[in-house]
Amino acid sequence: MSENKTAAYVCKGCGIGDRLDTDQLAKIAESEGKCSLVRQHDFLCNADGVNTIRNDIEGEGVTHVVIAACSRRAKTDAFGFDDVALGRANLREGVIWVRPDAEEARETTQEMADDYLRMACAEIQYMKQPAANQNAGTNKNILVVGGGVSGMTAALEASKAGYGVLLVEKTGQLGGWAAKLYKRVPDREPFADPQDTGASDLIKSVEHDKNITVFVNSSITRTSGAPGQFSIDISAESGETVTENVGSIIQASGFSNYDANQLPELGYGKSPDVVDQAELEQLAKQAADGPIKRPSDGKEVESVVFVQCAGQRSDKQGHLPYCSGHCCNTSIKQAMYFKDSNPNVDTMVMYDDLRTPGNGEDFYRSAQRKGVSFTKGKTHQVNPVNGQLEVKFHDMILGEDAVAKADLVVLATGQVANSGVDIEQATTLEVEDEDGQSEATAEADTSEVQVPVESILNLTYRQGVDLPHLRHGFSDSHFICFPYETQRSGIYTCGPVRRPMDIVQTMEDATGAALKAIQAVENATLGRAAHPRSGDLSFPSFRREGCTQCKRCTVECPFGAIDEDEQRYPVFNESRCRRCGTCMGACPVRVISFENYSVDTVGQQIKTVDMPDEFDEKPRILVLACENDAYPALDMAAQQGLEYSAFVRIVPVRCLGSVNTIWVTDALNSGYDGVMLMGCKKGDDYQCHFVKGSELAHYRMSKIDDTLQQLQLEPERVQTYEVEITDIQRLPTLINEYVAKIDEIGMNPFKGF
Amino acid sequence: MTDVVATNETILVVGGGISGMTAALEAAECGKQVVLVEKNPSVGGRIAQLYKYFPKLCRPSCGQEINLRRLKVNKRIRLLTMAEVTNVDGAAGDYDVSITIHPRYVNENCTACGACAEAVTAEIDDPFNYNMKTIKAAYLPYNMAYPQRYVIDPSIVGSEDANKAKAACKYDAIDLDMQEQTIEIKVGAVIWATGWRPYDAAKIQPYGYDRYPNVITSVEFERMMDPFGPTGGKLLRPSDAKEAKSIAFIQCAGSRDRNHLTHCSRICCMASLKQSTYIGEQYGDDADAKATIYYIDIRAIDRFEDFYKKVQADEKVHFIKSKVANITENRDTGDVVLHGVDTEGYHRYDNTHDLCVLAIGMEPSVRADQIADNVSADASGFIQMNGAGGAIFGAGCATNALDVNRAVQSATAATLRAIQVVNRVSSAEA
Repeated sequence: MSENKTAAYVCKGCGIGDRLDTDQLAKIAESEGKCSLVRQHDFLCNADGVNTIRNDIEGEGVTHVVIAACSRRAKTDAFGFDDVALGRANLREGVIWVRPDAEEARETTQEMADDYLRMACAEIQYMKQPAANQNAGTNKNILVVGGGVSGMTAALEASKAGYGVLLVEKTGQLGGWAAKLYKRVPDREPFADPQDTGASDLIKSVEHDKNITVFVNSSITRTSGAPGQFSIDISAESGETVTENVGSIIQASGFSNYDANQLPELGYGKSPDVVDQAELEQLAKQAADGPIKRPSDGKEVESVVFVQCAGQRSDKQGHLPYCSGHCCNTSIKQAMYFKDSNPNVDTMVMYDDLRTPGNGEDFYRSAQRKGVSFTKGKTHQVNPVNGQLEVKFHDMILGEDAVAKADLVVLATGQVANSGVDIEQATTLEVEDEDGQSEATAEADTSEVQVPVESILNLTYRQGVDLPHLRHGFSDSHFICFPYETQRSGIYTCGPVRRPMDIVQTMEDATGAALKAIQAVENATLGRAAHPRSGDLSFPSFRREGCTQCKRCTVECPFGAIDEDEQRYPVFNESRCRRCGTCMGACPVRVISFENYSVDTVGQQIKTVDMPDEFDEKPRILVLACENDAYPALDMAAQQGLEYSAFVRIVPVRCLGSVNTIWVTDALNSGYDGVMLMGCKKGDDYQCHFVKGSELAHYRMSKIDDTLQQLQLEPERVQTYEVEITDIQRLPTLINEYVAKIDEIGMNPFKGF
Repeated sequence: MTDVVATNETILVVGGGISGMTAALEAAECGKQVVLVEKNPSVGGRIAQLYKYFPKLCRPSCGQEINLRRLKVNKRIRLLTMAEVTNVDGAAGDYDVSITIHPRYVNENCTACGACAEAVTAEIDDPFNYNMKTIKAAYLPYNMAYPQRYVIDPSIVGSEDANKAKAACKYDAIDLDMQEQTIEIKVGAVIWATGWRPYDAAKIQPYGYDRYPNVITSVEFERMMDPFGPTGGKLLRPSDAKEAKSIAFIQCAGSRDRNHLTHCSRICCMASLKQSTYIGEQYGDDADAKATIYYIDIRAIDRFEDFYKKVQADEKVHFIKSKVANITENRDTGDVVLHGVDTEGYHRYDNTHDLCVLAIGMEPSVRADQIADNVSADASGFIQMNGAGGAIFGAGCATNALDVNRAVQSATAATLRAIQVVNRVSSAEA
């Protein structure tokens, strides 16, 4: 490899030249920053400035570039040099825009700028232009697990884009629930009548598609590997197992019907004439276009009551707390089965809130036109009485209890996700702390007796056999902006395993998941990271000889990317990695690093800051700021002209989860008076796109308190904050308050040692 | 002349809101070439105008930052702002598209230093804030605007003000001679993601949006919470800038109504539930502060039920099952009085509130039948997906009233449909 050549470019535009001594900055770059080439420019982001840099890269062999100008978030078009290691010293948003333009502020403002330049130089000295992963897999086939509407749609859509698909279905035939329906809710104008399910056409298309190989009566008994190179065992009921390689996986394992036997108060099990929606579909299929007959005695149904939210939207033990979304439309459709064959059938839908969003409203209106009646009421009991069913309910409009009689009662029960094993409950993860003591980070939940659940994917991952569950057993992403932000790279879920949904949404979701699966294999082939650090070519490497096999990295990786070998050393699956750096932050012996982000790229920035001595009364506060929320907020504060203390030195980090405690202890040992960590919101509604970075940082910093006590330092010297990107006004205040607090506590006694 | 390289393997994405951004990014991250066209001076669309998302109450700009970073590093996306697609001709795999680019009067030299805005005195209505405030006629559309580049409003071009702006710019970034231009490009597939607009509230006559200052829409209410918005982040009602504490939310304002939009706009129940939490956020335990939600059905569908339960547990939030008949104004106080019947128990009410927020319905920004031949519209003008539209695929709220999560899903799906077409083109040419 050729030698590094570092160049620094100091911009004088946007007032930088007026406010700062750029000659001094240039000198620092040369002497302290070890830049062999230093240039000042009046307006670095214009064509001339950019050409100057470009020419130096091509003509002078510059490999490392420091741009001392605006924020790394600004002027990315101009400064988008992707063939060199690039560092940005933020002199505009980070210095002059947050400092008053006053003589008395000049010295501290210049010191800020000097330090940011030192820091950018220090950072890139330890940075390499990442070379893509050499272990990248190149398999571009896609595995789809589940042969219902979601799985078949995903398979067909991926095939249409030219990708090979393996489709694995547990039962003997394709089609899933949709094939069991008589008709489906309409998906097109005029949204007035039930329409053909389309399931048989889908099945035919799948069976005739040359790109799709179907395995029925089969399940996945082992999944290992990474995007671009998954290895899977497909086992047939007969016991035969084949091993196949695929590049990515779509889990379309669908839902199970809620067990209506848990609703005896609603008459289920007491009379065959109380059925759930799935059973009503069977009755309708049997009847074809003729009259639907009740199961008990085959009498033509003359009156039917649909009980909405049966065992749903309820906090009762054994009920589903959520709404299954499709059931209002489904009951409307089923009421039409009766009305369309005989308008004289009495059909009543008993509902709490009727939920027919979008064009469902047209369908609802159509039902009203057809004479379906809707009653806002809560059903509390259904009893068989004299060959009929008595539905006792509270009429919420009239505010009184009432009774309805019917030949048939249909319970609109909900969807339960087939999301496999809840790995958080199934495993007790143990890690050793620095003293070699074992501690449990996740207790097995023993409060409830768990029914054994079959795994869907049987992942060989260290963190468990299936994808992590969210609330209520649904799989994966809870991000609003990024519904496909999976916690297992290259594995995407779609359809009702993800959230309750109807056929229209399922097909849309499956198509989206197919796109993500295709993207995953394309990125994996090139060794690039998937969202949210899309395109990042770096990946973690580790120094085996230093590793103490403590397992922290394997346990804490939010994406389950790291396995363990027989000797408990970590095995990094580069293509599963999302480049958040959580493993690097976790490692107590600091053996994990990325080419463009490491303990050194940040640590050296911290160390290079010029530390005034105790008597200067110039404290230094280190701010480690999440690059996605805190750092942009600080930029925008600067844009608004909000000022904050000149004593802070801000380092953007990929995620607070990547913060290694050594940075904090080193900072305190080298004389910083305080450290602020700014990450995003943790907890149930966590906002961290690396899942638990903020939470981990809070946890690690709580441990640091002990170290502080040993050093006889005040706990306030390290503070962790949950911030949001909109905290534009709050962050400058937070900084200033913290500086005031440090002022109260006094200077760090370790200064100058 | 703006130079855009595009072929019939290029995907055109129309609209730079969350759906269009998603589609462009997802396609480019699959290795495809993309031209992304946005009508406004910056990308972001309506999510940029939201204070928080339901149900997590997280910040839309957080996801936007991620998307912007993806956009900044991706050289496969050519972004055209202040641009509109004026014509689409052709068939799948072979479209000729005309794009008209309006002059920004500011070129890529702009450093967003803000000197031009300081120099200019004229002010214009601020569209980002639904015209609830004014801004300088040289402006950055909003804090996170991307491209981070100022705009000179055409209304001052030719005036002394514009010359002052030009003189103030040290970087030769202001070009007052910029002209509108139309470019013609070839693309293989089109993703149409022009999103939605709020239904015209003035058309709902009984609610008096055009007569009573203290009847506002949900999108306007959202802007009030922004510390950089028209009211500095306070819930100040328009008539007298008094803090609004008793706030009514009227659901289905324009939706589920044969006289207006026949469809249910899906998001409005959740939006009002979300906005009801702003009252607690603003006023804490203040006993006068309360939200009253007038609804027909609360459509907190699927996993959103959790959020509904959380809001129901909030003592500050009250629910009345009623379609409000009409609103009158108390002329002395400016308060609004809602009249109707509470259907649970059939009680007539005349309820006085400080402010009334109409949970306004969604309609498509561009009606599907205006896009091109063969693109079919449903009764509300949304793009109906039936395969007849060749390779013009709807994404997000151009196809239906959708929340952000579903819009992104839809955009991701549309991306694959477009990729299927350009992959066919490339394999035919290979």
